[in-house]
Amino acid sequence: MEERIIFAGFGGQGVLTMGLIITYAGMLEGKNVSWTPSYGPEMRGGTANCNVTVSDDEVGSPVIIEATSVVVMNRPSLDKYESYVVPGGKLFVNTSLVDRKPQRKDIEVYEVPANEIASELGNLKVANMVMLGAFVEATKVVKMETVLKALPEVFGKGKEHMMAINEKALEKGAELIRNMVSTK
Amino acid sequence: MAVVFEKTKGLTDVPFSYCPGCTHGIIHRLVAEAMEELGVLDKAIGVASVGCSVFAYEFFNCDMQQAAHGRAPAVATGIKRVHPDKVVFTYQGDGDLAAIGTAEIVHAAARGEKITVIFVNNANYGMTGGQMAPTTLVGQRTTTTPYGRKPEVNGYPIRVSEMLSTLDGAAYIERVAVYDVKHIMQAKKAIKNAFLAQIQNKGFSLVEVLSTCPTNWGMTPVEALKWVKDHMEPYYPLGVYKNTLEEVK
Amino acid sequence: MAKVLMKGNEAMAEAAIQAGCRYYFGYPITPQNEVTEYMSKRMPEVGGVFLQAESEVSAINMVYGAGGAGARVMTSTSGPGLSLMQEGISYLAGAQIPCVIVNIMRGGPGLGNIQGAQSDYFQSVKGGGHGDYKLIVLAPSTIQEMADLVQEAFDIADDYRNPVVILGDGMLGQMMEPVDFDNVKKTRRNLPEKTWATTGRGNREHRNVINSLYIDPPVLEKHNYVLFEKYKRAEQNEVRYEMVNCDDAEVILVAYGTMARVAKNVMNIARREGYKVGLIRPISLWPFPKEPFKKTVDQVKGYLVVEMSMGQMVEDVQLATECKKPVHFYGRPAGMIPEPSVMLEKIKQIAGGAR
Repeated sequence: MEERIIFAGFGGQGVLTMGLIITYAGMLEGKNVSWTPSYGPEMRGGTANCNVTVSDDEVGSPVIIEATSVVVMNRPSLDKYESYVVPGGKLFVNTSLVDRKPQRKDIEVYEVPANEIASELGNLKVANMVMLGAFVEATKVVKMETVLKALPEVFGKGKEHMMAINEKALEKGAELIRNMVSTK
Repeated sequence: MAVVFEKTKGLTDVPFSYCPGCTHGIIHRLVAEAMEELGVLDKAIGVASVGCSVFAYEFFNCDMQQAAHGRAPAVATGIKRVHPDKVVFTYQGDGDLAAIGTAEIVHAAARGEKITVIFVNNANYGMTGGQMAPTTLVGQRTTTTPYGRKPEVNGYPIRVSEMLSTLDGAAYIERVAVYDVKHIMQAKKAIKNAFLAQIQNKGFSLVEVLSTCPTNWGMTPVEALKWVKDHMEPYYPLGVYKNTLEEVK
Repeated sequence: MAKVLMKGNEAMAEAAIQAGCRYYFGYPITPQNEVTEYMSKRMPEVGGVFLQAESEVSAINMVYGAGGAGARVMTSTSGPGLSLMQEGISYLAGAQIPCVIVNIMRGGPGLGNIQGAQSDYFQSVKGGGHGDYKLIVLAPSTIQEMADLVQEAFDIADDYRNPVVILGDGMLGQMMEPVDFDNVKKTRRNLPEKTWATTGRGNREHRNVINSLYIDPPVLEKHNYVLFEKYKRAEQNEVRYEMVNCDDAEVILVAYGTMARVAKNVMNIARREGYKVGLIRPISLWPFPKEPFKKTVDQVKGYLVVEMSMGQMVEDVQLATECKKPVHFYGRPAGMIPEPSVMLEKIKQIAGGAR
């Protein structure tokens, strides 16, 4: 098993954190993992992305060209990374902020209105958690219970008050995927 | 036979490499005597710089490091941070300290680095053959200002003591001269005070010593001493520019 | 302590502290800032000294002073900063002061960019500063290895009284991987006491002097011979490399650091397609590992050196193979990663067509 994932979006949408949670959970499950961020000026307000590999084998290139999954939180990220998905791979689109349909026909597309769901939950900041819930449910790259264990480690002290809403957001995202599958 | 004079223990027996009539020798002796009299020779670590005093590590009878041109204050910082209980000093000329090493001296002073700097100002680059220094006086002829230093070309001399005394990290700064006995005695007092500022953990200390360069100035030693008094002292006034010592001796 | 997820930059800083480094002098530059920031947080916790210098020039000279005073000391920077440090590095080597210098390479020349690159190989391995001297240069390719090699670097530096460089790149500095500090490889060398250090004379019979000035030519010549005796010893004892799938290989990839990870992927793909491909990964860039090339040069059709540069290590591979077999090169500068598909194509050409 080797999952090569790109998380991409605006700076501030928490895409680096999404990647970090998956990386941490992968480590907790005894997998080989690596997390590589975009860094520098683009971190501050522009686009942000990170490359995450979760593998049974040694992790090779930390930079992903052929992604098994791509998660895009905004339109520029879809434009940039749609072509990175391997045939048969998965593409997760935050439809709240993406105003076009993906063009690829050889991949599985998951449409998640992450911002709207987060807004319903009362905190727009957890849009990334909604998306992450959908991602974990669809890919099963790590177990949801491991994600819950990774959360406090990644967020650190002082964010305990966010745990409940984060969990709820993860669950909402996962639920969306379960419903999609059952209606297919 | 009664001993009436003994060389300070602060100097080794290695003969000085300085030109006849140059006052580096006097300044070396004052620094060495000050350390001996303060009883800090066994815990002194000196830093030699690049210039005429490049061989200072041969002359001072204590542990020494030799630093790259201008970098002595940074090297001294590294030493002092490792050995805060030791007495660390640099011995630098004007080219070293006020040109290539300007950043290092300003920031060592700004940090209040607990080191003592002996700054020898002879208004030219001695070792390389008498070129213009940042401290060369307006109108002064050197091998790179053959028509005299012109402000419109070379700007103005830097008054290091005045400049550094504006920094909060500076604890003791004094400018002295060594052209006669009275001034030599005052210079020694200043050097001792600078070391005391370090020993009392007050901060950065520096003594600027107006010195001669008879060889490159093209003067006899006596003429050179008079030139310091007549030409350098008016532009570089002697005196204490900063003093935070608990008691001035 | 179990495995922790850390950036390469942070792992190196922690490894240094665990190796007994208590003095760090640095200056901010991307992409190594996490080393500096980590040190600023951790050094006060362990009673050490963190000092942000006014420039890389000052930082390396603070390293000179502290190392000469007997301390385990480190600095870190990226290409432009390392260029500024070259003066100090030459003095450190000349005065035989041990220290560890981390260079997290970025694209150049000039201000270049801040993406990971490998274009400072020559600067670290062939010189950089003035005079005849060598730096021992270690190139990790995983975060765990960054921690391992930093630990080792301090021992090597003390053993040889010489600066040791950890040559990483922006990718390794920024990426996170699990690292296990309980399992950091420790050499436990029998290191001599630093009787040469300037600690204040105390009751010592002689003065200690840290110096690189030997004005008399025969004396300086002798000093140079002393340095090169040391370097000869390093060439015998400090060579490190990894060989993968080389026993039956007809094409061997040669890469270090981040590039070696990409090369390993390509090797596996090529193997699946029926090409007998191996990998030589130099870990010590100086002393450069010649043995793996001696062992394989008769059996291979050729080597493919891949670098994130326009070709620097390739020259050492040419020397090590004594030009007995073709040494091919593929690289990209400016922080661009050489394409696996191009590497694969080149492997096929060297192997002699499709399988």
